[in-house]
Amino acid sequence: MKNIPVSALIGLFFTGLYFLAAVFAPLLAPYGMAEIVGDVWEPASDQFLLGTDNIGRDLLSRMIYGGRTTIFIATAATIISFVTGSVLGLLAAVSGGWVDQVLSRFVDLIMSIPTLIFALVVLSVMPVTVPVLILVMGLLDSTRVYRLARAVAVDIEVMDYVEAARLRGEKMGWIIFREILPNALSPLVAELGLRFIFAVLFVSTLSFLGLGVQPPEADWGGIVKENKEGIVYGIPAALIPAVAIATLAISVNLVADWVLNRTTSLKGGRG
Amino acid sequence: MSDPFVRVRGLKIGATVYPPGEKPHDIEIVHGVDFDLQKGQVLGLIGESGAGKSTIGLATMAYGRGGVEITGGEVWVNGRDILQSGLRDVRQLRGAEVTYVSQSAAASFNPAKKIMEQVTEAAIRHNKFSRREAEERAVALFTKLGLPDPENIGNRYPHQVSGGQLQRCMTALALCPEPDLVVFDEPTTALDVTTQIDVLAAIKEAIRDTGVAALYITHDLAVVAQVSDRIMVLRMGDMVECGPTDQIINAPQQEYTQALVSVRSIKHAEQEPTTEPVLTVRDITARYPGTRYDVLRDVNVDLHPGQTLAVVGESGSGKSTLARVITGLLPPSGGSIDFAGRRLSPTLAGRSLEDLRELQMIYQMADTAMNPRQTVGTIIGRPLEFYFGLKGREKQKRIQELLDEIELGDGFQDRYPAELSGGQKQRVCIARALAAKPKIIICDEVTSALDPLVADGILKLLLELQKIEGVAYLFITHDLATVRAIADSIAVMYQGKVQRYGGKTEVLSPPFDDYTDLLLSSVPEMKLGWLEDVIAHRKMESAGN
Repeated sequence: MKNIPVSALIGLFFTGLYFLAAVFAPLLAPYGMAEIVGDVWEPASDQFLLGTDNIGRDLLSRMIYGGRTTIFIATAATIISFVTGSVLGLLAAVSGGWVDQVLSRFVDLIMSIPTLIFALVVLSVMPVTVPVLILVMGLLDSTRVYRLARAVAVDIEVMDYVEAARLRGEKMGWIIFREILPNALSPLVAELGLRFIFAVLFVSTLSFLGLGVQPPEADWGGIVKENKEGIVYGIPAALIPAVAIATLAISVNLVADWVLNRTTSLKGGRG
Repeated sequence: MSDPFVRVRGLKIGATVYPPGEKPHDIEIVHGVDFDLQKGQVLGLIGESGAGKSTIGLATMAYGRGGVEITGGEVWVNGRDILQSGLRDVRQLRGAEVTYVSQSAAASFNPAKKIMEQVTEAAIRHNKFSRREAEERAVALFTKLGLPDPENIGNRYPHQVSGGQLQRCMTALALCPEPDLVVFDEPTTALDVTTQIDVLAAIKEAIRDTGVAALYITHDLAVVAQVSDRIMVLRMGDMVECGPTDQIINAPQQEYTQALVSVRSIKHAEQEPTTEPVLTVRDITARYPGTRYDVLRDVNVDLHPGQTLAVVGESGSGKSTLARVITGLLPPSGGSIDFAGRRLSPTLAGRSLEDLRELQMIYQMADTAMNPRQTVGTIIGRPLEFYFGLKGREKQKRIQELLDEIELGDGFQDRYPAELSGGQKQRVCIARALAAKPKIIICDEVTSALDPLVADGILKLLLELQKIEGVAYLFITHDLATVRAIADSIAVMYQGKVQRYGGKTEVLSPPFDDYTDLLLSSVPEMKLGWLEDVIAHRKMESAGN
């Protein structure tokens, strides 16, 4: 773990900070998440480090709990999208023929509908619970991962070492997970960081529109929604979750870049 | 004698390397090279890959490719040191006074522009000629270089002419602005032997007629002997020897040059087939899915246990397709293959594990034949584990045995392919094939990507292993010298058909059919005046007909 560039250190630091805050939210938050402890939109003070929100709840506590929800949903959705997207993408590339055609055309079909509108339609029909939210986000996002995984794998699939594995009589599983996946990992890892950010933005957007995390549960998009009227009166409460989203996005990207650099090394990325 | 037109003194070239896990550092790749070049003279630069020959060639245009930087010395062209000149001056020089012919014309031409536009571009840009003059000159050059329909060929796009023709167009491109020096960087390496000879003759004539100076870079000593007046032998950025072509070829002073000249000294006496063939290919016809053209037509060959069958031909003759049919990657549309007394299924899916194990393959590019993210131990160990169920200590022991057999020894198990040299990579691929204890190994151009001395080592190793393991080789190659070195029987392929087939001595002795004659006579020989002899001989023949 030597020679970590400064940018990656910064990224690691902030990413770690957010994730730790998410994990230990109940210990860190000075007040309860839905507890009304002060006046409406009180400015920052010793008592309320970030002030209070539109109905007098402590903003810092809500930010910490909201971060927990946002990061949890985004992480879960990213994992789902990655597992489905990359497995199906690699499968399509290795199988070729009609398997590839059916999967690819289906993905094209899904992608031709704007993701946000599709999600809004599905979520207005389904009960909006966290598992449903995660599943919808994860599956919609997996189309992007599928396309990338397939595109990368198609190039690797024609390499002689894959042909050699086929001639050896290897099963599909070995070819996908031992021959192709390790070589497709760098672009996929870079995409992982990016997709996580998109998931954060997506869940925030949905919550802002009222179809994501339901009150009184908090998430960063929901906090922006609750406090957006304050902006007119010069109250910065809505900007704080926005800053949190931006810093998380940048720091995760810095980490992803560094991982990408490490894994592109042909020594196997473990050196 | 007047001052030499090109004078290089103490040329040093460096580059920054980025080894994984270490800090980037600078290394020197050319350590002080001197040479002179007069107008009308051709200097051949020869050496293995990594010897610095292309880098030196580009340095005469004050150019460093990639992260390469000229760190010291002088390069005088036309009476000025171009390394001290500003960028504006250098721009005047490139493409006007010094031009460059690259190895792959196909990759160097812009596919979206017509040939004429690209050939005349430099001359017009540098205001040497008006567009009309430049085009006239280009047509004259096309004629001189023996291109068909010289008046109109410029109106074609690069993909509309053949590889050999495009390489000649590139030579026309380089000669069009009336340069004083042309750098030829492996201009015939990517071509078939039968095409190479025409391009070589055209280049030689063009150099003589225009009186330019030329640097001719190649790894093939026999080729450079045909075109250059003097030869400089390079090795790892140092000059080994420099002298007149005659002396380098016939009386090399240095040990390394002697090794280069005497390469391909392997002698392998033909063996008579003794037992039943292990592989019998009968009436194989094949085409690629979605095409209407048979790539293979009625191919019949036999391979006997412990022997080598060489399949020779130009690119496009169907020799690699034959390998794909035998391995089951391309099911044939007709014919049958018998292997070790049993009928082979035409498709890969229909073959038993035993069939797959006993039929192994080694590829041309060892780079892409090994997974870059697996260690040598994993690569060689996988067939052991997969076919024989070897595990743990036993597997380790067998891997080490195989590594010893391919003369690599200790400490290679944990290395990644990127940490091996070209020859070592090919050895690991051989070990992987051997690990399966096969009856046949198909070798698809296994030495053509390697330097001559390294290729020699690989061939020796293959012959050695054949003696020990009794494995038969189906050896696909375009290189007749390789065939002479290792084959027991030969199949000459042309346009998907076996043109000539039989024992080595029989195939390589007259009377020849037309194609085999052309192929055999096109292989460059390491003697002065060979090119002229062949061309004169062919002219006489065609006049006689």
